[in-house]
Amino acid sequence: MSRNGLLIDYQYCTGCHSCEVACKNEHKIPRGKWGIKLTEVGPYQIEGDKWEWNYVPVPTSLCDLCEDRVKNGEKPTCVHHCLGQCMEYGPVEELAKKMTGKGKKVVLFAP
Amino acid sequence: MVKEKVLERVGEIVSKITKEWKHVNEDGSYTVRTCGWSPPGDHPVGCGMKLHVKGGKLVKVEGDADHPITQGRLCIRCLTLPEYVHHPQRITTPMKRAPENRGKDIWQKISWEEAWDIIVPKIKEYKAKYGAESIVVFGGTGRQACLYYYPLGFASIGTPNVCYPWSGWSCYGPRCSITDYILGAGYPEIDFAGTYPDRYDNPNYVVPKWIMQWGKNPLMSNPDGFFGHSLIDLLKRGTELIQIDPRMTWLGTRSKYVCQLRPGTDTALALAFINVIINEELYDKNFVENWCYGFDELKERVQEYSPEKVADITWVPAQKIREVARFMATEKPGAIQWGLAVDENPNGVQLGHAILSLCAITGNLDVPGGITLGPPAALLGKWRMETRRNLSPELWDKRIGAKEWPALSTAMATTHPDETLDTLETGKPYKLRMGWFNSSNFITPTCSAQPDRWYRALKSLEFNVVQDLFMTPTAMAFADVFLPLPTFAEADGVVVTHFGRNAVFLGAINQALRVGDTKSDIEVCIELGKKLHPDMWPFESVDDFFSKQLKPELGIDFNDLREQFIYQPKYEYRKFESGKLRSDGEPGFNTVTGMVELTSTLFEAWGEDPLPYFQEPPYSPVSTPELFREYPFVLTTGARKFTSFHSEHRQISTLREIDPYNEMEIHPDAAAKLGIIDGDWVMMENMFGKCKAKAKLTPIIHPQVVHSTHGWWYPEKPGEEPSLFGVWESNINTLIPHKHIGKLGFGCPAKQMICKVYRIEEGV
Ligand code: SF4
Ligand code: SF4
Ligand code: SF4
Repeated sequence: MSRNGLLIDYQYCTGCHSCEVACKNEHKIPRGKWGIKLTEVGPYQIEGDKWEWNYVPVPTSLCDLCEDRVKNGEKPTCVHHCLGQCMEYGPVEELAKKMTGKGKKVVLFAP
Repeated sequence: MVKEKVLERVGEIVSKITKEWKHVNEDGSYTVRTCGWSPPGDHPVGCGMKLHVKGGKLVKVEGDADHPITQGRLCIRCLTLPEYVHHPQRITTPMKRAPENRGKDIWQKISWEEAWDIIVPKIKEYKAKYGAESIVVFGGTGRQACLYYYPLGFASIGTPNVCYPWSGWSCYGPRCSITDYILGAGYPEIDFAGTYPDRYDNPNYVVPKWIMQWGKNPLMSNPDGFFGHSLIDLLKRGTELIQIDPRMTWLGTRSKYVCQLRPGTDTALALAFINVIINEELYDKNFVENWCYGFDELKERVQEYSPEKVADITWVPAQKIREVARFMATEKPGAIQWGLAVDENPNGVQLGHAILSLCAITGNLDVPGGITLGPPAALLGKWRMETRRNLSPELWDKRIGAKEWPALSTAMATTHPDETLDTLETGKPYKLRMGWFNSSNFITPTCSAQPDRWYRALKSLEFNVVQDLFMTPTAMAFADVFLPLPTFAEADGVVVTHFGRNAVFLGAINQALRVGDTKSDIEVCIELGKKLHPDMWPFESVDDFFSKQLKPELGIDFNDLREQFIYQPKYEYRKFESGKLRSDGEPGFNTVTGMVELTSTLFEAWGEDPLPYFQEPPYSPVSTPELFREYPFVLTTGARKFTSFHSEHRQISTLREIDPYNEMEIHPDAAAKLGIIDGDWVMMENMFGKCKAKAKLTPIIHPQVVHSTHGWWYPEKPGEEPSLFGVWESNINTLIPHKHIGKLGFGCPAKQMICKVYRIEEGV
């Protein structure tokens, strides 16, 4: 059976926290725990106007890829609500193919 | 069918998928489709969502994928809506308190009937004894109340004194007024294909080559109804971004150019851009010749602002000024998105004038992918204007500050904010006796300068009514009667982006449930209005009210709107050619000269320089070098976070988990010199006040600048005086001085003050 995953094009992840909170709502995750959690790299200057500043949401072991929603034909709630529309869900093979068409700041999780 | 034709003409139905706005599920739960607008949330963005109600509780919020703008996306303020709606501290019944108990948590629950029985005779008494002008209605920023607090004052109560208390009216009002004076049009917004159901794919649409955010960070602020993450949509489609900002924001790291300027020097920068574009003959000659007035004067004026000179003023290198100016002038189409930094600046009218001039001379006004312009009349604005007919000309003349500030009072129907504080303090020209606070919590650091001064002055009011959802510091300090408001999930309404002044859509707000015994703004307006000025309120119900507003303009009633969900008015480009910008139908702009006034005829008449000029902030390293030695940082305030809308949301634990305290940003080098490490509590202090915050060390800010967030109070702290929920602990607006405003009455220095910073042992 094919494995599913989450592709995140973090060039466009604005650090809005919607994935975190949507996931907490869906799975009733209490304060202090997360199903997906933002990490931050930067901000720091590389040179001149070039800066590094990335947010990357990382799914945790509580992530079940929104099994129930997906069964109902819906998208995972983090993907659905993502303000940057930078998350995709699907079979990892397909997502890996999609990755090749994207920029450098892209990551694939298979939680 | 006639109706169908009308729809054809004025708008397009987006949501053909389902016309059902309320769906009852098998288990008795139900789902209501709606659009959001604070309370709680933010400006009229109107994001689409589905609210699931089960057993009388809002159990789930899901973004509506069919919404043309938001497409299912939601921010965390709406994702936490159930927490807000069912919060144990919410107030859901009217309450009264004896005047001697102000500041104490001694309330008595009452019915609405009882509330009216207290309020109505009071209003009648003040009107009879002292005149209606002795009553003042205060409004706030951005909530639905913005549509209703003027009518509440003018038509329900009958006073000419409606006040937005922020010094220099420093939010949206200045930009709208400047646009009025210079272009004679509705609010200018970047073209983000907002009126097209098929959005960016519409054949009439052109993706902008560039968009410049000028003192604006829309990702968090969703300003005026612009859905901030539309910028990400455009980035993906190849638009280049340019930031004019004292901070290197996240958006800045995704931008082609960032001009990290000294706070408050914006007008000099704008004039230098114009200097380069004119002197290098890069401007749109055709547009300037045919549609602009006073170009030669502007050309002469900008000679005073060479890139070299302006580099010294602004800290932006001359070479970068040239590059950005050339890029703006040669890449078409493009657009400038001006932000609150235009309003919160005593030199802001000149900045706004210069920015609009830049848009004009680069040929980007009202073209696809450029800057859209609203028609002269606001969508659903007619009724709001008409409510003024309830006031006699003599009464209207008594509006506080109207005579002293003709430019402001021509464009805005309110009092002058700073004059209103003066009136409260001095009793001149007459004593104010009653206050009505409609969704305005302005002793928290939101929309007043020196809130401590307002706090003392407001004590002179004899009787106060406060409408809100929680017990706020303002309500705890002043309310004699507290009237509870519902959230947007709990009452019917409409949302119109940009407050109707260049709306991309009009959406239905549908009641999904009602917690307790609350009344919405419009319900209060109608009920109170019927008791005091029944002729102004010939509406049977809220439905009837909205239908009567919608019918003449759109040909639909409220129920049609619910079913159609959203109307996107048809947008027409180049209205200055087709005559659709002027009421007489002639081509041109709706200004005195019929042109874009690069040289303003009105400014001259009001005793102001007709051309834009740069003026140093009232306090700065240049204008007050002595003071700057004592207060060696430039202080800028008010950049937003995802976790709150001004003073809203401070009691929502999911959001406080993300942003627990007021935060100030300081450069690591500056912090090291002061012995401050990341996460330390610090005090920002100047001649006017002080404010506690957690230090965040970050290289995104210049070593000589610090930034503080705003809107902080601590609902978990004691509510009674003197604490008032800790409202004086992190009150950044106590550092912003009263009445340091521009010549026309606009703009306070909230983004360009000075302060010192020191580490403190104890936080809040
Ligand atoms: S896929 Fe579902 S469970 Fe996994 S992180 Fe996203 S929202 Fe949470
Ligand atoms: S919702 Fe999307 S944009 Fe927002 S933080 Fe998560 S991944 Fe980033
Ligand atoms: S921007 Fe956020 S708060 Fe405003 S309506 Fe949309 S989701 Fe709600």
